[in-house]
Amino acid sequence: MKSKEIISFPHLGDYYIPITFVLKKLLKMEVKPAPPITNKTIELGIKNSPDFVCIPFKYNLGNLIEALESGSTILVQAGGGCRYGYYAEVQEQILKDLGYNFKWYTLLNQKYNGPIYMYKTLKKIKPHLSIFKYIYYGLLTILMIWYMDKIDKKIRSNIGFEKKKGSHQKLKKEMLHAFEEIHTFSGLSRKYFKYKHKFNLLKTDKPKNCLKVGIIGELYTSMEPFSSYFLECELASLHIEIKRFTNLTYLLFQKKQQEKKLLKLIPKYCKYTIGADGMDNIARCQILANEHYDGIIHIKPFGCTPEIGAMPIIDKICHDNNIPIIYFSFDSNTSEVGIKTRLEAFYDMLNMRKGKENKNE
Amino acid sequence: MQKIIVGIPRALLYYKYHILWETFFKELGITTITSNSSTKETLEIGRRFLIDEACLSMKLYMGHVKQLLPLCDYVLVPRIICLKKKEKLCTNFSALYDLVHNLFPDTKLLHYNIDVPNQETEFFGLLHIGLQLGFPYIKIVKAYHLAKQKELAETSISIKKQTVSLKSNNIKILLAGHPYNLHDKLIGANISNYLERENIKIIYSDKYDLKDMNKDCNHLSKNIYWTYNREIMASLWHYQSAVDGIILITTFPCGPDSLANEMCLRKLKNIPILNIIVDELSSETGLITRLESFIDIIKQKKELYEKQGNN
Repeated sequence: MKSKEIISFPHLGDYYIPITFVLKKLLKMEVKPAPPITNKTIELGIKNSPDFVCIPFKYNLGNLIEALESGSTILVQAGGGCRYGYYAEVQEQILKDLGYNFKWYTLLNQKYNGPIYMYKTLKKIKPHLSIFKYIYYGLLTILMIWYMDKIDKKIRSNIGFEKKKGSHQKLKKEMLHAFEEIHTFSGLSRKYFKYKHKFNLLKTDKPKNCLKVGIIGELYTSMEPFSSYFLECELASLHIEIKRFTNLTYLLFQKKQQEKKLLKLIPKYCKYTIGADGMDNIARCQILANEHYDGIIHIKPFGCTPEIGAMPIIDKICHDNNIPIIYFSFDSNTSEVGIKTRLEAFYDMLNMRKGKENKNE
Repeated sequence: MQKIIVGIPRALLYYKYHILWETFFKELGITTITSNSSTKETLEIGRRFLIDEACLSMKLYMGHVKQLLPLCDYVLVPRIICLKKKEKLCTNFSALYDLVHNLFPDTKLLHYNIDVPNQETEFFGLLHIGLQLGFPYIKIVKAYHLAKQKELAETSISIKKQTVSLKSNNIKILLAGHPYNLHDKLIGANISNYLERENIKIIYSDKYDLKDMNKDCNHLSKNIYWTYNREIMASLWHYQSAVDGIILITTFPCGPDSLANEMCLRKLKNIPILNIIVDELSSETGLITRLESFIDIIKQKKELYEKQGNN
């Protein structure tokens, strides 16, 4: 008897919901995203990864090992950009060396990317996949991601000031759950507007003159809840409005068009792109400074080469614009307490600055 | 016309392109000056400019640039993002120009950009530099042509030399890594000096004939897209049966190497490999101890093999 195939994939923030959705609809197989990231996941990842590879690799590998242990037989990994494009091959090799039995599919990679390659790979998993179905559900998923990012933006600016603690998170969970069960574009849009209205009804007390902080940095760390969720929660509990730039919508659809525009913003600092999100982050500093934000938080995983290249320039641009910045480098050993202390000190400093400015006025 | 001096930092791409650059500027009648070999001091100066997580080779580069500043009018800082279609370089090379420009704001930089899919080739880059310095078009093209010829000639000579040393009966060891690590005084020289003292023939991964690169590289990895790492991988596959051992040299924390070397270590099973990671704090004594034991293993293995052969 042929055993049942279960597909699994590593986590990327809340986006496991649209990914599960699209894989389920297209392949008609059981899809089980990797178990949520815990300390054990990270430990497993570190144990089996090369020494100084960037942290997302270790998280991903931990995810995949746990997925295999919970019974998955097919693994899917994406790729593209910076080191991420080469993750798939090395991870496949490591898992094979560990003795697991599985089928591996790389949806995208550096050399062949784009929707057509993705379709071909999916066809390898399920030979009778029709192209119309692929396009239909592909677009539906893209719309879902777009809606999710829009709601996320809203949540981020309000979550620090909610009257009933946890109400935003609860509603978001409800919304994501509702998104899983849609079939059509109109159904999705209806759900989106319904929940948008609900989010508007949530009670908040937002002072007019609150502290505003922008989060920039490497995309996996800023999207992955396990590393950044804590940071955002901490900021929310300090009553700070957060603006975060990187999300999947930006990465997939806006990056190419916006790169030239961003480059024009900072002719003094950058003539070329720096690879991955380096230049984007430098430009974002300028944007945040122009919009009179109170501070910037830069997050990256340890060893992220493009961000390391960008950081001296970010430092300079912040110095020139007189805007405070704090750097967090997420390592497998990063403790929450350490981040909390540094964040509190940063918050106090921002508050003092704001008080001084108000006095001067 | 006032005489121009162009400074070339002896780090990173210097080891790949120094013949091209030096001949090109010489043909144009420009004096070039190269910074001295790296020392502990260079590193000490360089690390002041970058954050501590930056890779050792980058820190050395900054040290070299700083050393050149008072000595020359222009510093040559190329930016290379892509040398072949569907391939890439480490992002450090694409950040290099902007970084130097920001860290040393008052310096005049000569730079060119290589981005092959967008029609920005090495020729147009150097042409741009020549025009910027006010030379006539024909002279620049001629200089580039000569420089390229000389580069090709030198490469073929070094490949030939390598073939000769491959035929020797001594123990042969492949030193694999980026050329800027292999030949740097602070990073690779310790290792190659030791091996030479022990009367071991060194085969360099950067003197590998790139003719069959794609074929060789696909044995180890099909998807790898960093051009320089492809070359290293190809050389590993090509020489693995001809040498007695492999030493991989990496600087901490090199991005592409972290994954590529892992792949090599996992796929090359039949040959002893020593993976050396050099960081700011590594001491020469520790390094020599590791090398000694590695060489001992190889010697023993070889003796055993010869005995079996005789029987």
